[in-house]
Amino acid sequence: MVLINGTKTDADGKTVEEYISQTDYNRSRIAVEINGDIVPKSKYDSTILNDGDTVEIVGFVGGG
Amino acid sequence: MAISEQQAKRYARHFSLKEIGVRGQKKLLSSKVLVIGAGGLGSSAILYLAAAGVGSLGIADFDAVDLSNLQRQIIHKTENVGMPKTRSAEIAVKAIDPNIIIRLYDFALTPDNITDIISEYDFILDCTDRFETKFLINDACVIAEKPYSHAGVVRFEGQAMTYIPKKGPCLRCLMGGVPHDAVTCKDAGVIGAAVGVLGSVQALEAVKYLTGVGDLLCGRIFSFDGLTMNVRVHSMPGADPDCAVCGGSPSIKNLAENSRDYFIQSCNNGGDDV
Ligand SMILES: [Zn+2]
Repeated sequence: MVLINGTKTDADGKTVEEYISQTDYNRSRIAVEINGDIVPKSKYDSTILNDGDTVEIVGFVGGG
Repeated sequence: MAISEQQAKRYARHFSLKEIGVRGQKKLLSSKVLVIGAGGLGSSAILYLAAAGVGSLGIADFDAVDLSNLQRQIIHKTENVGMPKTRSAEIAVKAIDPNIIIRLYDFALTPDNITDIISEYDFILDCTDRFETKFLINDACVIAEKPYSHAGVVRFEGQAMTYIPKKGPCLRCLMGGVPHDAVTCKDAGVIGAAVGVLGSVQALEAVKYLTGVGDLLCGRIFSFDGLTMNVRVHSMPGADPDCAVCGGSPSIKNLAENSRDYFIQSCNNGGDDV
């Protein structure tokens, strides 16, 4: 299981890209960190979520 | 700086806080804060900074007060519709405290003028309504090594973070680059009280930074959904070593040369000015 934003999630083995595509997140307006390290957008499709990973995903909005 | 009798009364509740006290109040009174954007976020941020006794406030906005702003931009009043937002905000600040030194910037901040303006201030608040401008402020603050507070809001939700030079990620580290998909140009709805929450968070971050207390949202992102009341502080401590502006070998060293990034795509309705 992968801990995503504090919730145990069955995303083991998926790439960041695959996981994001199943959610409502807009790829261009999010930040993803795995175990404290930022995942650059260019690495979303090559970065695999592993059992035990701690993942934070935050969506950004631009109004003000 | 001596605290007057009037100030002792005005700031009595600050003096009762061990985190602020007379020492912190003196720091606030001698501080200079720039608020970019006197819209939704800027409304609560400017009012709280003025009330807190920040000695010198810069307010930047190129827009005029519109009747449709008043549903959420609580610094502006019906009688000031049509007036420049900077001037309208100044009236509100002076009504709270006539002793605050105010400087107004009644024009758009650009790659050519932003660096000179931010250099005058101790802390900057990004209360703007478009990602293009948010990245201009981010890149300018990174290059000038200025701390600033970021926030954004649409509908019922928003986020805030604080950039401290060399201590945490910048907006570009986190988002990668400007999202040019123009979603913020759509006429998104927004609720005033949600914008007020995020603007208040920004004012609080400024006060904490200036007085040196508490834990800033540096390397942490405050995420707020007012509809569900789901709130999370995402821990995101890592700056991107390859970040185009704050990384080890940055490609963005000159704002003017990168100005295409900050160019705002045409918005029929004047943007997502929430
Ligand atoms: Zn960065």
